Amino acid sequence: MEPAAAQIPLELKGVSKVYSVSRGYFKKDGQLHAVKKIDLKLKSGEVLGLVGESGCGKSTLAKLLLGLIAPSVGEVRVHGQSYASHDRIWISERIQPVFQDPHSSLNPRKSVREIVTAPLRVHKSGDPENWDKRVTETLDLVGLPRRLMDSYPSQMSGGQRQRVAIARALILRPRIVICDEPTSALDVSVQSQILNLLMDLRKELSLTYLVISHDLSVIEHIADRIAVMYLGRIVEEAPAREIFSRPRHPYTKALLESVLSPNPELGVPDVHLAGEFPNPLEPPTGCSFHPRCPMAQGDCSGTEPQERIEGEARIACMHYDSGGGQFMADAKP
Amino acid sequence: MNSLLQVEDLRVTIPAGAARFTPVRGLSFALEKGETLCIVGESGCGKSLSSLALMGLLPKSAEHQAERLHFDGIDLSRLNERQMADLRGNRMSMIFQEPMTSLNPVYTIGDQLAEPLIRHRRAGRREARDHAVDLLEKVGITAAGRRMAQYPHQLSGGLRQRVMIAMSLMCSPELVIADEPTTALDVTIQAKILRQLKQLQSELGMAMIFITHDLGVVARIADKIAVMYAGRFVETGTARQLFSRPLHPYTKGLLSCLPVPGKTASGEPLGSIPGVVPAFIGESSSCGFSSRCPYAAPLCEREPDLTERGSSHACRCVLASAELDELRWEAA
Repeated sequence: MEPAAAQIPLELKGVSKVYSVSRGYFKKDGQLHAVKKIDLKLKSGEVLGLVGESGCGKSTLAKLLLGLIAPSVGEVRVHGQSYASHDRIWISERIQPVFQDPHSSLNPRKSVREIVTAPLRVHKSGDPENWDKRVTETLDLVGLPRRLMDSYPSQMSGGQRQRVAIARALILRPRIVICDEPTSALDVSVQSQILNLLMDLRKELSLTYLVISHDLSVIEHIADRIAVMYLGRIVEEAPAREIFSRPRHPYTKALLESVLSPNPELGVPDVHLAGEFPNPLEPPTGCSFHPRCPMAQGDCSGTEPQERIEGEARIACMHYDSGGGQFMADAKP
Repeated sequence: MNSLLQVEDLRVTIPAGAARFTPVRGLSFALEKGETLCIVGESGCGKSLSSLALMGLLPKSAEHQAERLHFDGIDLSRLNERQMADLRGNRMSMIFQEPMTSLNPVYTIGDQLAEPLIRHRRAGRREARDHAVDLLEKVGITAAGRRMAQYPHQLSGGLRQRVMIAMSLMCSPELVIADEPTTALDVTIQAKILRQLKQLQSELGMAMIFITHDLGVVARIADKIAVMYAGRFVETGTARQLFSRPLHPYTKGLLSCLPVPGKTASGEPLGSIPGVVPAFIGESSSCGFSSRCPYAAPLCEREPDLTERGSSHACRCVLASAELDELRWEAA
């Protein structure tokens, strides 16, 4: 059954974003389709993982969701209401970001207190007398000692800085948090602390997350559902368990083959992926993945694959095999 | 027979006013021909400084000393800068993490690739060029001839890193030191490059020191592993030993932090090591890990030596092997 529109925290409807790119004085500007015809729904309280290689449009998608850029075509809706009819303040009350690099996402000249208070000031939220109290509560929530209130980002470790970024995102108590590579800049031992914190906060504040990462082990650990992007499109979307147990799209399979789990009995995998990531200014015709696809057939270069639905999964591939592991067996020489 | 590389008690010190930092505090290891040693550790543990010390590339403000620093019988610590430069890029070479900052933006790929062969082997331009094209193809670059005329900014990150690898192999070195060569790359490209690197390694029979913080990479490519913490090796052993029977509490902690698809339960809390890597490393007598170790005891005031705990497996901890085997990683 389709949930009512207002119950869907976040929704993308046929969203495309096209940039004009100059290619030199005498040439016509190029059209760069950063994201193309994306439909995506976040369910309340779930963690949706978004994976893909650099240049696939993950970060453009995050910016669209945060209302930082407007889509060229299509609509972004939060709780059933279109972004187009609201301003940034309204959007940022409901949806907040946590970025990859806490070194560059925190102002080095401001103390923790100022950084975490800033959203309250911008939103003129409640009585300023209570701001300090709300800041301390939020610092407690993210596990930052109160004595760091008046410290500056340069005096803190990477993990502590990422906690400050999370506190700033949560102080307005948004319902949705977009995490763009939240642990990529951190060491392994700190990464696990931050992942644990994000999972605790989700339960405590019943948050809905969109987590963008290139690290599939991280995504597998925290996501309920996974969407795989390639060259501006979502090529497969399915429950996390399904993606890992029976990936359908050949690109998803290649990504999974590349995951290096810490198993000394295995060598470096032979990833079945031809060529290089294509130039997004001149995307391949038909299925944009076909030049690299080990399963490409004649018609792949001519026709754009339509999205197919299988159970809870969506796949944009004409020749995917729903048998799961079969691909691996086929591809062996 | 002598090992290809013998290092004993390697130290790096940085004078800072009256005080001295010691980011690398006594590393000892030996590397055989064709072997891969992985040095694993978190940022600030001294792994990059150690590799720079081996190559004689430390910044001017830092110094290194060692009891023994022998490469194929040559005492590296007695070479002058010129003799060292003759070895570097020739018999031993390095792959850096950031291909954008370590390639020269104003020279073509071809010029940069040919340089080591011309410098060290007195090769002619044509010969060097042919060899460069050959190597570019070996590291999986298509249309290698065309790439030779391009500048670094015209290549993608993955291609640049492959060029770096090809450049380090130009003179068929006996030892390659790779400092996080795939960290900045996408996962599919990482897997491809690692595979090509391993293939070339066995073709050329070269030894490799691979520095990384990624335990997944380590498990797949290492013969021997050294886990580094606060300037010291805390555990050394074969890949199988370290992953199936880790001994040191730090190694155990690191492994417990990793989400492993199919193994760690989704959504369940991961293990974690409380606290942070110490930023300042001076000379201290206590165990460097004791401030974060859940098993720290008064005994840890004195740092123990790296002691053998089975064939080729060593660990730096006061607890006995049997006790360490019993330990589960339980962080607060």
